[in-house]
Amino acid sequence: MQTDLSGNLHLLWRAGFGPAAEDIPLVNRLDRNSLYRQLVKSSSGKPEFINVASGTLDGLVKGLQAEGKMQELSKEQRAQIRKESREALKNLNLRWLSEMVHSKAQLREKLAFFWHGHFACREINVYFQQQLLNVIRTNALSDFRTLLHEVSRSAAMLAFLNNQQNRKKQPNENFAREVMELFTLGRGNYTEQDIKEAARAFTGWGFDLSGQFVFRKQFHDGGAKTIFGRTGYYDGDDVINMLLDNKQTAYHITGKIYRFLVNEQADEAVVRKLAESFYQSGYSISRLLDDIFLSSWFYDKKNIGVKIKSPVELIAGVRRMLPMEFRNEESLLLYQRLLGQILFYPPNVAGWPGGRNWIDSSSLMYRLRLPRVLKDDESIAVKPKDDDDVMMGQGEQVAGSRKQVAGGRAQDAGRGMVNVDIDWPVYTSKFSDVKKDQLGISIAANLLQAGQIDLDLLQAHAELSDRESYIRSFTIQVMSLPEYQLM
Amino acid sequence: MLIKRRSFIQVGSLATGTMLVPRFLKAFEQPALVPAGNKVVVVIQFSGGNDGLNTVIPYRNDEYYSKRPVLGIKKESALQINDEAGLHPSLTHFRELHNSGSLGILNSVGYPNPDRSHFRSMDIWHSASDSRTIVNTGWLGRYLDAQCSGCDKPTFALEVDDILSLALKGEHSKGMAFRRPANLYGSSQEKFFRDLAKAHGAHHGESPVDYLYKTMADTISSADYIFEKSRMHPSRQQYPSTQLGQSLKTIASLIFSDINTKVYYVSLGSFDTHVMQAAQQKRLFTDLNDALKAFTSDLKQNNRFDDVLTFTFSEFGRRVSQNASGGTDHGTANNMFFISGALKQQGLLNALPDLKDLQDGDLKHKVDFKNVYATVLKKWLGANDEEILGGKFDQMEFI
Repeated sequence: MQTDLSGNLHLLWRAGFGPAAEDIPLVNRLDRNSLYRQLVKSSSGKPEFINVASGTLDGLVKGLQAEGKMQELSKEQRAQIRKESREALKNLNLRWLSEMVHSKAQLREKLAFFWHGHFACREINVYFQQQLLNVIRTNALSDFRTLLHEVSRSAAMLAFLNNQQNRKKQPNENFAREVMELFTLGRGNYTEQDIKEAARAFTGWGFDLSGQFVFRKQFHDGGAKTIFGRTGYYDGDDVINMLLDNKQTAYHITGKIYRFLVNEQADEAVVRKLAESFYQSGYSISRLLDDIFLSSWFYDKKNIGVKIKSPVELIAGVRRMLPMEFRNEESLLLYQRLLGQILFYPPNVAGWPGGRNWIDSSSLMYRLRLPRVLKDDESIAVKPKDDDDVMMGQGEQVAGSRKQVAGGRAQDAGRGMVNVDIDWPVYTSKFSDVKKDQLGISIAANLLQAGQIDLDLLQAHAELSDRESYIRSFTIQVMSLPEYQLM
Repeated sequence: MLIKRRSFIQVGSLATGTMLVPRFLKAFEQPALVPAGNKVVVVIQFSGGNDGLNTVIPYRNDEYYSKRPVLGIKKESALQINDEAGLHPSLTHFRELHNSGSLGILNSVGYPNPDRSHFRSMDIWHSASDSRTIVNTGWLGRYLDAQCSGCDKPTFALEVDDILSLALKGEHSKGMAFRRPANLYGSSQEKFFRDLAKAHGAHHGESPVDYLYKTMADTISSADYIFEKSRMHPSRQQYPSTQLGQSLKTIASLIFSDINTKVYYVSLGSFDTHVMQAAQQKRLFTDLNDALKAFTSDLKQNNRFDDVLTFTFSEFGRRVSQNASGGTDHGTANNMFFISGALKQQGLLNALPDLKDLQDGDLKHKVDFKNVYATVLKKWLGANDEEILGGKFDQMEFI
């Protein structure tokens, strides 16, 4: 029984954002493969488009489209768009985070989260970002071929990687380079000459104000290119297809997915086998996931409880187990920042490095204190340094008011931390059948994937006044353990 | 709320540990705790891209005034340091430093293929990578990796902030970030965490759980250590009440103790002055100037001015031409300040930037910032710069 529970929880953490309170009876009943089938089924629908652009922004941009080009905007209009966009991006962040917490389509959102890091894109235009997010969520489980083509044609990525500036006789290689280095082959599997020539093939790929892909023929270099030793009059699609024809792409992507879903120490033989099957299936992502999650090695002891949760996984995981309402959701943005992962703001083109990179003394203490802060036992007053690229630092903010804004925010956020209502009965009722002397073990078994816990120690710090308080305090203690950082 | 906040109460009651009191008192009996020669570096980051051309003003350059008809700082206002360069009017203390031979100014510092995005360019400065390569460790973090394997306290590099910067993150060792030693001490004081650390014991395994426990235990013991050291010889200098002022006061107090810290890191911003630059830069420089004036005086009174090298940098400079909103847009090469009583070269360390030789309206860099890092690492910190920077960069002569 115990091993089944831990295996099922392992699956829920890796193929989703962890068990929810309502899953507790379920994970004790179903066998692994049925549970996985259920995850696949509830992730099969088409996701709803998340639209956060405000009315003002909408009006502004639509008005501009009628007028013409971005370049003709006044400085003020551009500044206003940036400002509104930055605000809207916060909502996009919170809305998607909420999907990770509440959606039944856990497998889809988990893979979308993977692709969000894989196709790292830092672009302030919220229209472009929500469109890219939709591409990623819609194709998260379909096939990598479609996903790659669509991402490569998205305004967000073309803008972020400067392909709008990639023109005949004035090539900009950024897009071509990252498509090869990050999205497909990985470093060391192409030459500088391949990049130069591929960049020529991508000339003319651009987008209009509304974010639609546009092929600007006048900027396209129609000449012959030699890429990977083959010569032809290639365009961007040809290059992407050549990259997909190369098995190295399947290997690179499979390795990355394996490290994300299974274990950062990849088992080479397994990855090779998975990659072969991924390639043969025509890059079917769902097929690859079946191969992983229906295998027996996925449940090997060495793969359980060994991954450090990313900040988003940690936050979503706590919220799934303890249903809660935020009176000030923006505190979640501050928490993402303190822990080092803000959705839509990857640190660089390569995405979040993950693993032990998440942990330093400050971030670890914020992590360990998170459950207490949510439970209302503590507040955190912080004012991190300015970041001119991120929502918290408003680059265009007028001089004098800036400090106040930042200070005010930190304070609000600090207060916001304690402005959380946890719906405790939903959670505690799941333990109504558990005998008193088994409560601690039962709670810990549902929350932890790693380590051996010291029950006496936790007991000594728990509230013993009544059963309800005991469950609550014990749960918060377990979530404050270093072990809870692992999945 | 039903629940008694037991752990919360305990935090408060432990705010002053009894064992600290005797040492704290003892500290007053021995004013000179640290022998001379213990060299440390203080890095001040100007976040957002400081406008170098309005920091060190080429007041005899017509090109400067023609490209900046409104924003250009007039010859009369600039604090002249020689017959071609002047400092921003708010940097009065910097002129004093200059005149007493304690200021070095390095112009046109940058790197090839400059990136004009804040986050990428900051990344490049922090990781000391070239602009094409992504490196997930920082140059000071790698210094920690090289110097600190087997250190009992991971306090070789400290950042006064709520979040640790990439610059201080190594592969194996990482610096620590905190706003105030007392706050850090308070938050790590929680009995629950202390009991956990104690119960887990000294497992030096390689498993993720052991790694997390080790980080937690190190944090707790470092918090104690930092707090204790910060109270050994607390600065008695008056500092401005600004964040930077208080941060430098914290740093000074630690420098006067016998803490093992070699590098301190602090940020000021935002210098991202697309609009209304004059007011914003003036405010920030006033803040900088006042805080640094107190810091210099403090270091001098405690005979540490020769052992402390303070330097400033920003992720990029700004466009040579002003924009239409009273500001400047993102640019490339920039200047850096070096402050210490032990500089071997003072004043302008190289030529002012050539405003006629531009690339897309931006300055061309003449010095790679990695030469500066290499020099600081080798000559000031006595570290293996080539190993840390992954290559050989020529040493400079200012220290």
